[in-house]
Amino acid sequence: MAGGEALIDCDVHAVVPSIATLEPYLDDHWREVIATSQFKGPTDSPYPPTLPTSLRPGLEPVDGQPPGATLAAIRAQALDPLGAELAILTCSYGVESVRNPDAAAAIARAVNDWMAADFLDHEPRLRASIVVPSTQPAMAAQEIERRAGDPRFVQVYLPVRSPVPYGNRNWWPLIDAAVAHDLPLALHFGGATGLPPTASGWPTYYIEDYVDMATAFQSQLTSLIAEGAFDRHPALRVVLVESGFAWLPAWMWRFDKVWRGLRREVPWNTRPPSQVIREQVRVTLQPVDGPPAPAALQVVVDQLGSDELLLFSSDYPHGHLAEGRDALPAGLTPSLRRAILSENARAFYRLGGDRHG
Amino acid sequence: MADLVIDCDIHNAPTSQTALHPYLPRSWQEQRAVSGRLDAAWEHNRETLGDRSYLGSEYPRATPRAARTDSWPPNGQPPASDLPFMREQLLDRYGIEYGVLTPMLGAGEQLDHASGAALATAINEWQIAEWLDPEPRLRASINVAYEDGELAAAEIHRAAADPRFVQVLLLIRTAEPLGRRKYWPLYRAAAEHDLPIGIHFGGWGRGPITSTGFGSFYIEDTVGMATAFQEQVTSLVCEGVFQRFPTLRIVLIEGGFGWLAPLMWRLDRAWRQLRAEIPHLDRLPSEVIREHFWLTTQPIEEPPRRQDWPAMLEQLDMTDRIMFATDYPHWDFDSPEKALPSYVEADVRRAIMHDNALGLYRFDG
Repeated sequence: MAGGEALIDCDVHAVVPSIATLEPYLDDHWREVIATSQFKGPTDSPYPPTLPTSLRPGLEPVDGQPPGATLAAIRAQALDPLGAELAILTCSYGVESVRNPDAAAAIARAVNDWMAADFLDHEPRLRASIVVPSTQPAMAAQEIERRAGDPRFVQVYLPVRSPVPYGNRNWWPLIDAAVAHDLPLALHFGGATGLPPTASGWPTYYIEDYVDMATAFQSQLTSLIAEGAFDRHPALRVVLVESGFAWLPAWMWRFDKVWRGLRREVPWNTRPPSQVIREQVRVTLQPVDGPPAPAALQVVVDQLGSDELLLFSSDYPHGHLAEGRDALPAGLTPSLRRAILSENARAFYRLGGDRHG
Repeated sequence: MADLVIDCDIHNAPTSQTALHPYLPRSWQEQRAVSGRLDAAWEHNRETLGDRSYLGSEYPRATPRAARTDSWPPNGQPPASDLPFMREQLLDRYGIEYGVLTPMLGAGEQLDHASGAALATAINEWQIAEWLDPEPRLRASINVAYEDGELAAAEIHRAAADPRFVQVLLLIRTAEPLGRRKYWPLYRAAAEHDLPIGIHFGGWGRGPITSTGFGSFYIEDTVGMATAFQEQVTSLVCEGVFQRFPTLRIVLIEGGFGWLAPLMWRLDRAWRQLRAEIPHLDRLPSEVIREHFWLTTQPIEEPPRRQDWPAMLEQLDMTDRIMFATDYPHWDFDSPEKALPSYVEADVRRAIMHDNALGLYRFDG
């Protein structure tokens, strides 16, 4: 095993096992509502629990709690086996599916306080992503304000599927708050919006839903760029988490071409989209969605056009065809391997001593 | 003979909003007078025939009718509505051997499916009388009311008797994913007549046009169309359409194709992990795709580095399935003289510009 190489894991899932876990972090009103209504919390998970993509085969409960639900599990199953120097928690709790805006905000707050108290306070290797009531931009901005003073929260978590794309002007308060606190937006796999997960309605099978998630990432990038988010905010940083990356070169080729033809419509877009991506966007590694042959996968990595784009992620506890460091394409140059494993994340998130360059 | 060209995407249009009335039952016209959209859309240079369809997805486009500004015929009628001018500007100008008509007049998007079916029949009869009969280089696509599988199948059975119809035409954004069973009667009919299904850029099924809602700009609509193509390929493959109709052939028109190799990798990987959910899909999705799909060029992706164009073809591994298209008369028209990079090898160029289409479509009819 290639131990010894510094590693920063940019996608480790903190899993809320049940709404009861959050009780200590909810106020009296919401505790009472949940007790009297028996509301189970958001249950529209993008990860049906029994699938090999949702739970890596072989991962067992730790002390009776499911993988990802406790610090003990994350230490034993994610941090220690990979020798991670740092890891960023993401929590896909489906807050966006809760229609009651006050309930969504209360639950988001509770998730953040739970991550701080149960994970960050006890484990210096961990950082976290701020969960927000993402369909309510002003309330999301408030939660960002509330949590931004804690430097252990290093980004804002947004489910990639949204009812309106994030570049839309409705979302500017959220984006402005993230930029004001110098926090990247992390667009993450998932998002229960109640709207069809394709441009053509509801697919029959989960595998379609899973594969189709790549188009949501494409649509969000298109929106954020076309609406000028990166032009209004040269300091805006966006990271695509659990998105795959093999689709990105062809998407950049297409958007650059269309931009040349239609840029009159979006005059604030003064850079070709591919340049915006390379300057202000990063992408996590897992699930690796490129061709299986190492040489072919290297071609795709090269087509990204920048050694700075990819950030290592284990996507724990989700399952993939190759796990941990084995997910990295074979045959990378040592410097690119180092960049993906730790240096790109260190530079992008400004974590600790910057060894970049 | 490197100059032979087949154009797989030509958008012929009616001369006026009433130009199809001779092909429609009188009852259709009377109904439209009551419930149809106003003529404003036509006046504003969008192609509509006074229909009743989905409302609320309006994007100011690059040009009137999204057309080349030089494509308006001297007689002042809409682009691609005048056959002599189309001959001059397209067929003769580039030595087109065959051209496939793909009129997009909304038959599939009518909320009243029966009305859409009548409109589809009229579009098909209009194509025969005003395009195919006078111009032997042209072939046509069977328009259908595709949201109703049975009505669509009936029109395919009716129109397929004329061998100059070489495919069935759908639009890429539909009310449900195209693998869903409501569309299967349509596929059964196409397979029975050995007609490919051409699925073209555009359309609207009723919900947001992306899985993340409506974008604000035409540029998002245009870039984002590739996402609709990816989702439909995923649906057709995963929902078992090709196991049920093993001879069915699909042509993806005006979708580009750079996204397809990455989609195949993604599908294959997902299938290895999740195949238990779809036991009917008994082999790799990429194998199914390479067997059943064809693609047209325009709008071809343009990687900036020279090595990435051949790499893109190699990754796709479907060079025998890529077919040239101009998209005449639209603003993003591709000239046969300039569409492919200069360094594409002669045999690949000939396959894409001509031979692949000759192998797919029944041009001998």
